[in-house]
Amino acid sequence: MSHGNEHAEEHHSVGLGTYSIVWFALLALTAITVAVAGINLGDYTLFIAMLVASIKAMIVINVFMHVKFDNVVVKWFLAVCGIIFAIMFIFLAFDVLLRY
Amino acid sequence: MSHTAEHSHDASHAEVHVHRDDFGSKLGMWLFLFTEVILFGGLFLLYFSYRVKYSHDFHEGAMELDLVKGTMNTAILLTSSLTMALSILFLTKGNKKWSLIHLAVTILCGFGFLINKYFEYGHKIELGIYPSKTSGELMNMPEGQQVFFGLYWAMTGLHSFHVIVGMILLSYFGVQIIKQTKVTQENYARLENGGLYWHLVDLIWIFLFPLFYLLH
Repeated sequence: MSHGNEHAEEHHSVGLGTYSIVWFALLALTAITVAVAGINLGDYTLFIAMLVASIKAMIVINVFMHVKFDNVVVKWFLAVCGIIFAIMFIFLAFDVLLRY
Repeated sequence: MSHTAEHSHDASHAEVHVHRDDFGSKLGMWLFLFTEVILFGGLFLLYFSYRVKYSHDFHEGAMELDLVKGTMNTAILLTSSLTMALSILFLTKGNKKWSLIHLAVTILCGFGFLINKYFEYGHKIELGIYPSKTSGELMNMPEGQQVFFGLYWAMTGLHSFHVIVGMILLSYFGVQIIKQTKVTQENYARLENGGLYWHLVDLIWIFLFPLFYLLH
């Protein structure tokens, strides 16, 4: 890894303010999912719950786990893991959804 | 990562040899976290398959779960993730005291989570909803609900176990911060990796919560 790269990364250190805002956003998203869960949205219920959970997960991964400011190797690691899991899920979904 | 790399460079001039690869240890941590993702991922896939098959029973089963306790635990874990990140931030700024305070709050949040879970599990056991062939009510329930509660115990149980492990790890790092041995302002890779683990535990809960508690 080059030195220029290291310096570029240093400018993006997260501070108290960002962490607090992110924490508040996560709590707000939790409140939203709990509120929405009371409404019957039929088939969309699971989809919306998972969408909000994924947004929360992205925030935690990028800010709390620092992936946004991390080396590209870490990002690729994460992407490969995500793709492997997605493949497992998609093939299973074909089977399960066509069965029932 | 960049910070430590430069610091260790400086240190190697002043002292003799500093054999450290913070980036390597972080990659190792991520690799371990991926095995965790696959471990829980398998259970999530199982949940998905059975939910498609027994969607009605899953809804009935979820009615038994305590939404208030589940929501509280979500807030507790999110807050602990914040204090964990702040603990690392304060340590890198050389503020040992505030780093330790935030680490202690993180561990206390873990305790709070487990206390909540203790009451929740206790209530389920009172109702006879626990995995057993010889006693309790679970075996008399519809097949889908048996699967639902089986997954509930397995997934939240495995997750709670991870919370306990995380608390032990963070306590250990707390001691090292006090002693200023293996975790210091210049050498905080261990705490950072411990933080990654703690955030992963939070991440898993972010998905467990809607799948079990918000299924009404």
